Amino acid sequence: MNNLTTDRRSFLKSGAILGGGLLISFVIPPKLRGLLASDTESAAVLVPNAFLKVNADNTINIFLAHSEMGQGIWTSLSMLIADELDANLKDIRVEHAPAAPEYKHTIVDFQITGASTTTYSEFDRYRYAGATARWLLVAAAAKKMGVGFSDCRTENGFVIAGGKRIPYGELVGPAAKLTPPAKIALKKPEEWKYIGHNIRRLDGLPKVNGTAVFGIDVKGDDLLIATVVHSQVIGSKIDSYDDSEAKKVPGIVAVLQVPTGIAVLARDYYTANKAKKLLKINWSKSDYETFSSQDLTESSKLLVEADGMPAVKKGNVDLAGFKAWKTVESTYTFPYLTHVPMEPLNATVKISSDKKSCEIWTGTQLPGNEQAVAAKILGISPGQVKIHTTFLGGGFGRRVNPQSDWVTEAVEIAKASGRFIKMIWAREDDIKGQYYRPQYVHKVKVALNEKGLPEVWHHNLAGQAIYQEHGWVFNVKNGIDQSSVEGMADSQYLDAIPNVFMGVHTTKSPVSVLWLRSVGHTHTAFVMETMIDQLAQVAGKDAVEYRRLLLSESPRSLAVLNLAAEKSGWGKPLPEGHYQGVAVQASFKSYVAQVVEVSLDQANNIIVHKVTCAIDCGLNVNPENIKSQMESGIVFGLSMAKYGEVTITRGRVDQNNFYDYKIVRMNETPVMDVYLVPYTGQEMGGVGETAVPPLAPALANALFKATGRRFHSLPLMNQFINTTKS
Amino acid sequence: MIKLTVNKQMYQLDVDPQMPMLWVLRDVLGLTGTKFGCAVAQCGACTIHLNGEAVRSCVTRAERANGQHITTIEGLSKDSSHPLQKAWLEFDVPQCGYCQSGQIMTAAVLLREIPDPTDADIDDAMSGNLCRCGTYQRIKKAIHRAAGLQKEGVGHE
Repeated sequence: MNNLTTDRRSFLKSGAILGGGLLISFVIPPKLRGLLASDTESAAVLVPNAFLKVNADNTINIFLAHSEMGQGIWTSLSMLIADELDANLKDIRVEHAPAAPEYKHTIVDFQITGASTTTYSEFDRYRYAGATARWLLVAAAAKKMGVGFSDCRTENGFVIAGGKRIPYGELVGPAAKLTPPAKIALKKPEEWKYIGHNIRRLDGLPKVNGTAVFGIDVKGDDLLIATVVHSQVIGSKIDSYDDSEAKKVPGIVAVLQVPTGIAVLARDYYTANKAKKLLKINWSKSDYETFSSQDLTESSKLLVEADGMPAVKKGNVDLAGFKAWKTVESTYTFPYLTHVPMEPLNATVKISSDKKSCEIWTGTQLPGNEQAVAAKILGISPGQVKIHTTFLGGGFGRRVNPQSDWVTEAVEIAKASGRFIKMIWAREDDIKGQYYRPQYVHKVKVALNEKGLPEVWHHNLAGQAIYQEHGWVFNVKNGIDQSSVEGMADSQYLDAIPNVFMGVHTTKSPVSVLWLRSVGHTHTAFVMETMIDQLAQVAGKDAVEYRRLLLSESPRSLAVLNLAAEKSGWGKPLPEGHYQGVAVQASFKSYVAQVVEVSLDQANNIIVHKVTCAIDCGLNVNPENIKSQMESGIVFGLSMAKYGEVTITRGRVDQNNFYDYKIVRMNETPVMDVYLVPYTGQEMGGVGETAVPPLAPALANALFKATGRRFHSLPLMNQFINTTKS
Repeated sequence: MIKLTVNKQMYQLDVDPQMPMLWVLRDVLGLTGTKFGCAVAQCGACTIHLNGEAVRSCVTRAERANGQHITTIEGLSKDSSHPLQKAWLEFDVPQCGYCQSGQIMTAAVLLREIPDPTDADIDDAMSGNLCRCGTYQRIKKAIHRAAGLQKEGVGHE
């Protein structure tokens, strides 16, 4: 491991140690207890900690500190509790926890779903939560039956001793009066009934019959729909507006100004949207009317000609002084990207009539932040703001905004109108609404020695600093934003390269930025893995063989590389006109390799036939779900590689809707074959984001074989190669 | 006044005849299983059946549904027993789940028209439905499975 750049990893590691059961809050403050209990509940209930509740009718409520946005934690976190509690999955009712300190992340000091951390960061806390409840139920049963604690065993929601079986529900009253010991032993892996097994999604049923409630589905008496007109030019504000035509639309309840635009309220979206289009607004001149994303790319290209602030510096990085066998040099450009979750951003806000409390329903990855922001706007304490986290119709990073942009706007509308409102953004508001993955430019120069191996790696990049711009300084190390360099500064290839310089130029732009699924790896993996591929070619070596040479000290990367190569039939004959490309990337503490098989049809359309994917994430908690997530990341990565691009011209975002911000459709989807490295005690890693990074470089590497051209920029649709079958 | 049947129930609604069925269903009738994704017939999240044909409710005006029969995801089966719903669960298709009502409603028409579809048939029928979670491979497998269930006579309808 490269010891120069382990800051983030050591941060995560120390955090993980803290998470080892020590942070569990086993004391439930009375207020939270109120939030967890339903109104109609009888007194007999066992609430051993903030994460579950055992009811007298044998049902068990599980409270998720993280948000379900498709990644499958509704199921995996429940499995952790169910295994330790010996619960029957059919008795389990899952819900999102409220915003409360008890649900702070075990690694960072606030409540968040992100960085593919959920399952491993909760692995101990949720198991202890279940084990504690089990201890209390067993102790209560032993007392009731007059037997010893160790005479009892548990199974499927029953405590069993001798010939007697008592359902958990009958024990909740007495169990609630007991105090658990400080230390409770967890089950051994061979005792797991759920963990490590394929468990079907617990949120499957409501998602196939239309009953799953997303933020946009929230209902209520007297609920009004709010749509908003936003400025089309970045930085432009409202000078004045004329709503006389808009107000003539039958059914319009109110038109009002909020800091971010003009809101229109009606009983239904159609009416609000119709009136919105009739507003006449005079927008102020903006300083950014001359801003274009292309200009930012060009100025960034100039920046990367010089060394930036060092992120990695080892050995002698003076390329001029090195007598190289060969040198390879490339410049890479990446556009702004947007997340386009299928559910447009929305929030429902109800302020109490005395204005002293507020309820918010929304799909968010950051409930505590939404709570704090709403409280500030309303001049009340955060405790008076109740956040109901609904299902998220996709997140991909967009629903984890420290600026709480869409919740802020909804709260402002509710405050200004004094009404119970559900604000819904149009797809155009989402696509033009900024908070994009930043643009980046990289320049890499590599000197190879006579063996064809890299001797000097000289690398500069320019881009906006996501964490810095949001004030999340815990991911800024010595002035280097980790979102800019993760996946390159900690690349395992660097262990095999004696002389390395990686420098960062942090750019500024009027465009606000945000993390997008796999964050820095969306660009760094592409640069590293296409450059390594190019070096292999220059060295006259096979792409897999060359990587094996460089990764000899990185066993987990090597293992996934070998697994993907073997399963894809790497090096074996392919159908005529088919070509394979490979990439491997460690991200979020896991290791993923992919082999992409492509061909080009007569019209030069890219056909992606197959992606073979191997992952090592340590323990495979719910193997089938990991496969789902790999498929998801592959399709996400393919959309990014082929089409992903937001451009800005004269201060205006050029894209509008799915017709010009395209994502992959079924007819472009390859066959995906996923293999999991078996668990033999490896450290656990993340899953949700980890399949995204290798896809684009593996595809570009396959296209090199197909076309003889190196692709140094994304998206591919701009590069004289057709990306769609039509 | 618009008269229509939704999921076998008759309604008489005083709505703007220009209002898209998406909002009639969601904001007037409270049937929120049909989803809003783009409003321009690009994503398929709002797919419903109009007299048994799959249509994009975001661009289908209420006046077009006047006197017609509408089926939404809520009315596809009484108890989530449609072969597609069973197959969707068996293959763990949904992730975030937002697009899946539309996916299932589109697939239901495909299965009625082509009871044993090929991969190419499925691509043709389903490529108008976007899924940002990328569940396409599982959707395809589940449609094949549902075709098998339908043949065996399993499930509702």
